[in-house]
Amino acid sequence: MVRFFGALVGMGFIAALLWSFGWGVNAQLTETHTQSVEHRFHQEPRDVAFSTDGPFGKFDRAQLQRGFQVYKEVCAACHSLGQVAFRNLADLGYEEPEIKAIAAQWQIEVPSINPDTGEATTRKAIASDHFPSPYANEVAARAGNNNALPPDLSLIVKAREGGAPYIYSLLTGYQNAPADLPAEARPGQGLHYNPYFANLNIAMPPPLTADGQVTYADGTNPTRENMAKDVAAFLTWTAEPNLESRHRTGLAVLIFLLIATILAYMAYQNIWHGGADRRVRQTGPLDPENQAKSRAAKKEAGIKG
Amino acid sequence: MSFPWAQQYSPKNSFMRWMDERLPLPRLAYNAVGAGYPVPRNLNHFWNFGVLAGVALTIQIVTGIILAMHYAPVGTMAFDSVEHIMRNVNQGWLLRYAHANGASFFFIVTYIHIFRGLYYGSYKAPREMVWLLGLVIFLLMMATAFMGYVLPWGQMSFWGAKVITGLFGAIPLVGEPIQAWLLGGFAPDNAALNRFFSLHYLLPFVIAGVIILHIWALHIPGSNNPTGVDIKTPQDTVPFHPYYTAKDGFGVGLFMIAFAIMLFFFPNALGHADNYIPANPLSTPAHIVPEWYFWPFYAILRAFTVDFILPAKLWGVLAMFASILLLFFLPWLDRSPVRSGSYRPTFKMFFIILLIDILILGYCGGAPAEEPFVMISQLATIYYFAHFLIILPLLSKFEKTLPLPTSISASVLHGEKQEAAPLEVARPKRRPRAAPAE
Amino acid sequence: MATVEQTDDTAPGEGVRRRDFINIAAVSFAGVGGLALVYPLVNQMNPSADVLALASIEVDVSAIQPGQSVKTIFRKQPLFLRHLTPQEIQAANAVPTADLRDPQTLAERTAEGKPQWLITMGVCTHLGCVPLGIGPGENKGEFGGYFCPCHGSHYDTAARVRKGPAPKNLEVPEYVFASDTVVQIG
Repeated sequence: MVRFFGALVGMGFIAALLWSFGWGVNAQLTETHTQSVEHRFHQEPRDVAFSTDGPFGKFDRAQLQRGFQVYKEVCAACHSLGQVAFRNLADLGYEEPEIKAIAAQWQIEVPSINPDTGEATTRKAIASDHFPSPYANEVAARAGNNNALPPDLSLIVKAREGGAPYIYSLLTGYQNAPADLPAEARPGQGLHYNPYFANLNIAMPPPLTADGQVTYADGTNPTRENMAKDVAAFLTWTAEPNLESRHRTGLAVLIFLLIATILAYMAYQNIWHGGADRRVRQTGPLDPENQAKSRAAKKEAGIKG
Repeated sequence: MSFPWAQQYSPKNSFMRWMDERLPLPRLAYNAVGAGYPVPRNLNHFWNFGVLAGVALTIQIVTGIILAMHYAPVGTMAFDSVEHIMRNVNQGWLLRYAHANGASFFFIVTYIHIFRGLYYGSYKAPREMVWLLGLVIFLLMMATAFMGYVLPWGQMSFWGAKVITGLFGAIPLVGEPIQAWLLGGFAPDNAALNRFFSLHYLLPFVIAGVIILHIWALHIPGSNNPTGVDIKTPQDTVPFHPYYTAKDGFGVGLFMIAFAIMLFFFPNALGHADNYIPANPLSTPAHIVPEWYFWPFYAILRAFTVDFILPAKLWGVLAMFASILLLFFLPWLDRSPVRSGSYRPTFKMFFIILLIDILILGYCGGAPAEEPFVMISQLATIYYFAHFLIILPLLSKFEKTLPLPTSISASVLHGEKQEAAPLEVARPKRRPRAAPAE
Repeated sequence: MATVEQTDDTAPGEGVRRRDFINIAAVSFAGVGGLALVYPLVNQMNPSADVLALASIEVDVSAIQPGQSVKTIFRKQPLFLRHLTPQEIQAANAVPTADLRDPQTLAERTAEGKPQWLITMGVCTHLGCVPLGIGPGENKGEFGGYFCPCHGSHYDTAARVRKGPAPKNLEVPEYVFASDTVVQIG
């Protein structure tokens, strides 16, 4: 009975699937298919190495500080960094007075309430504040940016396929639209051609326009490539501030587990093929047999107790 | 439990005797997973995966209870509270990544456990109840995993919740009221998030309860084995402890190594980038996919593209649920008296095809809904249903099987199965170290 | 013991000791691993980084006139900042410390050279209620300091317990004057 009804149900599903399949084949044969514009012009992120790559990856503190400078002087005008607090900058190697100064001098102030009148006002940021958003809310952000919303950058490296290399490629990937780009895919008003962006036309104007846009204190040459790479490294840190302790803990845990597993394998082999003449569990110093042997040996050697 | 030669528990000291007479918990453990449970001596490493699933569930419950101490199931706070765990809570990143990757590992070991049962015929009499309870656990796992994925309240969480509850909207007449009832609204919001959190916390304990039944049901007939032949004499078995506790200890070590590699070095490889974007009801991600462990079922759901008597959407939903529900009937669909696939050459061939078929379905489920993936998943879905509903019932009628060994120890002695443990285990002074068990 | 070990090694059951060692080592490793796992599970309940970051605050006291006081929040608990008048300082110094339940001088309870700034937690040392006396018109108790209405503890102008069930003086948190007008607490 079960098998009879089972076969009937199976036939039903198979018939419906064959019907769908037939229409699919028909559509394949009769309709002409062209590759989508995105498919033809989109490019995968460029290959670029970061110090955080691989299981031994670490942050390059100097690079993070440079990247923070790029964020502060270029990106922060439009992009918030809401998950990160000024106090977190200690990870980048800043000392406490420096962090307080950075917070106090931040160009955007933190929303606050006037303690006397209760009116909305702003105050200077302190170390425990998160980075304040440049816009009061989403509507204001869209209104100021041609109806495009500049995303929060805290998690952007983890929130985009391709991660830091994608950020780097996007920042350095602005170019003139190729001549064979179909008219409907050409960037419209307020859009910019960038083959690394998913639909090729991005609302963000090129942020890094010229070499030397920021002046690095450590003497690194501020080329567009370097700035893009530094800010991508900085955003890797904002997305995953615990990356270093994760890698460090991971290595220690793996070494421990390897030893433990080898021991477990040896114990397993030992129990299955070694301890043939006795119950395996009652071994070691507490095994009656061993204790008897010990006692006998002691007696022979003339040791008392 | 059911073998007369099983070792009997004897309390080691007066306290244990006092305990045994009042609350015989040590006796229970001894009979369930101790020396009092005789197990076939020839189990291979595929039999590690039940214990590994238990380990994975334990990891999930422990890390989950801790995450709940810091998580806020409110639409405006959920995403930020997860980031709070990742950034501010001591070792919070470790606990959250362990929970997220632990879910994937729970499914990996459970899938291997299920396919082991499928190949060695562990679902057949007298173990039908073990199989049915296992499927209940699997369904509960899927519900728990789905609701857990909603909790971080990222883009994939939100749209996953919307799409999956939307499936219920395909039910004729009552579909839309059911969807609104599930969500407590017209779209996922606070109400849905809060009830998903409550149920996500509850269901793992239900799973733990059903696992106890699963193990109880297993102990009535005892474990199946790679030959599928019944246990006949004491020579066929070894005590669970220390033999299989030691073997499982090694298995747990390997499992933890794989888990640690993913957790510490590729923590987001099994997740989706879009879930690091806060939920936004106004913008759909370009490519909505569930977590990888649902991909085969998602491919079946999407394989129906054209109406055929019933609407295509309804066919998809029915087929997806049927693809799991039919497994409940498996013990009565496959009536072959031979359990193990090792002695069923034709079954073995179809089993391998099924394995590849499900991998293809998984790949198509994760791919975008375009050709050729849709057509491939249609063919793969056809085979899936044909395998269980047509091929297996017919096979048990027409298949020519290989001769079975007379007993487990006979198979071990004659070296028919490599995974068998040497019989010398019980004899003194002869230790064949050269021949490993596997 | 050395002889015993030698005897064992040459005994017929040679290799027994090494195999025992493996089993014990494997179980010990599992135990150590299990214990190591407990650490993050326990440590996660300690105050998180953002809570610790708020554990230090700065207060500008320039606007508080003598005789005035301000209540603010430090570590999610009330903090009393009081600008003592010369009379209050005198009253506090006039009390012989030997008579006190928790003997401390005003100088010990204030920053060096700033005896007029009395900074204490607003948490009664009896059972944690918030004493009165900080707001204008509130009951300052019999000794002109603070009065806890829960069980009637009286504190004087150095916030020392003088009467009632409280065992200790109001707690003075760690603080430093970052400048003449800004005090950093914690």
